[in-house]
Amino acid sequence: MNAVNQSGWRPEMGEATASFAPTASGDRGLALEEALIFELGASGKCGVDFEEEQGEVLPALSRFLRKQAPALPGLTEPETVRHYTRLSRQNYAIDLGPFPLGSCTMKHNPRLNEKMARLPGFADVHPLQPQQTVRGAYEVIGQLADWLVTLTGMDSVAMSPKAGAHGELCGLLCIRAAHEARGDVREVVLVPESAHGTNPATAAFAGYRVESIPATADGRVDLEALKARLGPDVAGVMITNPNTCGLFERDMRAIGDAVHAVGGYVYCDGANFNAIVGKVRPGDLGIDAMHINLHKTFSTPHGGGGPGSGPVVLSEALTPFAPLPFVKRDAEGVYQLVEEEDGASEHPQGFGRMAAFHGQMGMFTRALTYILSHGADGLRQVAEDAVLNANYVLRSLSDVLDAPYGSSGPCMHEALFSDAGFAEGFSTLDVAKGLIDEGFHPMTVYFPLVVHGSMLVEPTETESRAGLDRFIGSLRSLAERARSGDDGLKSAPVLAPRRRLDETLAARKPVLVWKGDASTC
Amino acid sequence: MSRYFTEDHEWIDVDGDIGTVGITDYAQGQLGDITFVELPAEGQAVKKGDSASVVDSVKAASDVYSPVSGSVTDVNEALADQPELVNSDAEVGGWLFRVKLSDAGELSSLMDRAAYDAYVATL
Amino acid sequence: MRYLPLTTEDRAAMLGVIGAASVDDLFSDVPEEARLAGPIAGLPFHAPEMAIERHMTALAAKNLSAGAAPFFLGAGAYRHHIPASVDHLIQRGEFLTSYTPYQPEIAQGTLQILFEFQTQVARLFGTDVANASMYDGSTACWEAVAMAGRVTRRKAAVLSGGLHPHYVATIETMARFTGDAIDARAPRLDAIPDDGDVIAAIGPETACVVVQYPDVLGRIPDLAKISAATQAHGALLVAVVTEPVALGLIEAPGELGADIVVGEGQSLGVGLNFGGPYLGLFGCREKFVRQMPGRLCGQTVDAEGRRGFVLTLSTREQHIRREKATSNICTNSGLCALAFSIHMTLLGGEGLADLARINHLRSRKLADALGAVPGVRVLNDAWFNEFTVVLPRDAREVVRELADRGVLGGVSLGRLYPGEDGLHRGLLVTATETTTEHDIAALAATLKEVLA
Repeated sequence: MNAVNQSGWRPEMGEATASFAPTASGDRGLALEEALIFELGASGKCGVDFEEEQGEVLPALSRFLRKQAPALPGLTEPETVRHYTRLSRQNYAIDLGPFPLGSCTMKHNPRLNEKMARLPGFADVHPLQPQQTVRGAYEVIGQLADWLVTLTGMDSVAMSPKAGAHGELCGLLCIRAAHEARGDVREVVLVPESAHGTNPATAAFAGYRVESIPATADGRVDLEALKARLGPDVAGVMITNPNTCGLFERDMRAIGDAVHAVGGYVYCDGANFNAIVGKVRPGDLGIDAMHINLHKTFSTPHGGGGPGSGPVVLSEALTPFAPLPFVKRDAEGVYQLVEEEDGASEHPQGFGRMAAFHGQMGMFTRALTYILSHGADGLRQVAEDAVLNANYVLRSLSDVLDAPYGSSGPCMHEALFSDAGFAEGFSTLDVAKGLIDEGFHPMTVYFPLVVHGSMLVEPTETESRAGLDRFIGSLRSLAERARSGDDGLKSAPVLAPRRRLDETLAARKPVLVWKGDASTC
Repeated sequence: MSRYFTEDHEWIDVDGDIGTVGITDYAQGQLGDITFVELPAEGQAVKKGDSASVVDSVKAASDVYSPVSGSVTDVNEALADQPELVNSDAEVGGWLFRVKLSDAGELSSLMDRAAYDAYVATL
Repeated sequence: MRYLPLTTEDRAAMLGVIGAASVDDLFSDVPEEARLAGPIAGLPFHAPEMAIERHMTALAAKNLSAGAAPFFLGAGAYRHHIPASVDHLIQRGEFLTSYTPYQPEIAQGTLQILFEFQTQVARLFGTDVANASMYDGSTACWEAVAMAGRVTRRKAAVLSGGLHPHYVATIETMARFTGDAIDARAPRLDAIPDDGDVIAAIGPETACVVVQYPDVLGRIPDLAKISAATQAHGALLVAVVTEPVALGLIEAPGELGADIVVGEGQSLGVGLNFGGPYLGLFGCREKFVRQMPGRLCGQTVDAEGRRGFVLTLSTREQHIRREKATSNICTNSGLCALAFSIHMTLLGGEGLADLARINHLRSRKLADALGAVPGVRVLNDAWFNEFTVVLPRDAREVVRELADRGVLGGVSLGRLYPGEDGLHRGLLVTATETTTEHDIAALAATLKEVLA
């Protein structure tokens, strides 16, 4: 089946205007539509040539054979390159402009990192090769681990978690294992209302009951309320610092002291470590475990939604419970892998294994490259510039956008605004969609939940002042339109590859796979 | 038949010892387009105030608490294909489940229509 | 600093706009005693590209890469040839430097690819639906066990002895904390998989049976037989595929009755990467979709009626349901899913079948060559591209001795099962389309030398 223009604008859809002339193809200049591979390809088509191989299938395998080839369409190489290149042009990306998603840290992805990760000595190495053939791989893990431990002032780091939420799980399982080791059964984890959704989900996944702790009027954890709830049933607290309102939790040490006094542990969600790297060591704040999103602070690419990587730094109290495997330096300074074979003798209290193999090696090489590029001085500058850029956005827009914690002191790496002051019927969503027409990716919207209609702007340190000024100009214009009730804003975006999508339809009648005739592809 | 309301915006029509439960028109308006309704199993025991059903919109999943204790006798099968009934007809055709009441005395703590309307006016 | 656009003048001017005297004033909420006065001592300062390339290249050179030696490792990570266009396309900035498609109007590229990926995975697995991917095969496998528990409202799982031991360990770790009862069958050095044992272990409380296909020793379990047994007990069959190329040749697990099929997608497009990042594949029956973990992309229309795609059924997920979510996962393996999808598109169904056949035939040649080495016995009756040989002595030592001679000869069962003395003479070997006759001859000759 060879369908042209299945997904695109078609002449019967609307009136021609000067800026929206109908075309026979459905494409408009460089705005290119693209059909699904199932509409373009054919099962017999192939973009790979194989070496000849003669022989017969093993007779014992014959009863397992499939009756026909999988109903998957193929394309030749030129068609494949064109399909994906055309699709790529329907995406916004950091390479195109600011991507100010609060809490997500979309900073520039240096291409040196990509080049280093692709060295065959890293990319073409099997995780179970004999140790003598992968010394360099262990050394990469070891060097990155050393940096992370030093930058955070913690005791050790578990490198295997695959993403931030997996790191949270690692931290909580360490806490559980630590309590179990002393026969101390605890059921509750306390999580602030402003926390990332992963925090309560992870605590539940690890078998805990979640209770929320309130925030004070200035957007921070309510220390007194927290203290009042603490008791022998509380395994620990999960605090994000800097928090999701973009504020530093001033009482972090006091929180830690109070939690430790009842035998609990402090988990810190390190999603926002980029705001303080090189300026503050979490180990000096009484934290027991903290994951580090290598794809945030250390700029491994987000790739359209992953892969991430979430090493977890641990305090001395939790180090004995870290998962397998890990690398350690032997007496000669050579990095060795400790896995199941030596785990029982070398690491008897470890809580086990969280995933196959040794962690996100491809992310480790990128993060190490990034860290070495910046060095101790550059990383400090990263935090300072990230915080400076966020405060610049916060103060440059305070006359047109409500900043609910604007009087709570400087923000850290992200600026939080609300929809207060918008005209009746105008919401945060309208401003976000308006930014799309302005050529920007919207900020994070409706998170944190503690602020009505929240807009969380994280510019990161890799935006220039001129770039920030352009963004501020656009956001100012949109804020004014939302305040004055400009109806045009309700229909935004009109200049993107698609208008607003019907999410209700998608959820009511889920179409998750292409249902066309498999035999025709 | 009498109708009662809860502060969590459920309604219940009681006919003999069978109660029919749904969410109020006010509640559906707050939730927006309903995309899916997770219903209890027939025969399932429910306790007053426990979550017995979940109503999903695109961006939220909201628990529906049983206004009374008892066991589920029937669920609204039509919602599987037409969750939008909860939007268009919340207080009649969009009912969620029926319960055989184990303690009719629990009804005394619920509101009547006038009290519920007054309560909603304060929100 | 080549990555930091602000100039000293910019910084001063911006501080003026903010009304702060210095950047340190912006950190005033950090308690004085926790603020570092300067760069952390003992760490190097920033460095130019050239210096870093030198450093990293030297580290890479300490590894023996698979392409530089006769190479026969598998055990859940397979070396296949990746067409050049795959890596070119995934490095386009619009893919590499984009985020989770939360703003669908400007993320249709990623979303359409996820929709295509979900369809490809579902068709490959023979399942109704598939999600937008998980971290990797092992974590997807635990998620399948947890999901089976939600579907059946039971809390026990039977794991075949042929399930990859790292997957078993991942499940056992999680189950310790969730209270699920895991019956992990012992691995055995038999010619056939443990289908009968697994079936006998199913009880009234069993939520699911987890069977790897082909299994970790390369054997092919009879999924149809096992699924008949799980159905009879109201349990689910979770099939685990660590080598998706196999499904070009052998029947799709969903067609054989598997209720949930998970797998490791690294074989297509992703590469070895020393174990990560990889790609968790997850498919299941449509009726279980609201119990699925992970992101899902769905088709819809925009305000003008044009076809478009969005992330959907998000109320299952942590950012909405928080502690009641189906999983705490907050990401997928997006770029790896893209690589998988491009590679699959280049292959097409018939290309995948050709590739699978070549893999199998090369492995037959490997089996013939190794079976002719004195003292070496091929264990399996049937296999796809990976099988087990039994050596006259501990395979761990043999693997190290082979490596000393420049041959990456396979994965010893002692490495995978250090506690199972009865398995230590087992060696897993794999041949793919990348394995040459010269490689096979080199392994056979070196093995003969080492065992002599």
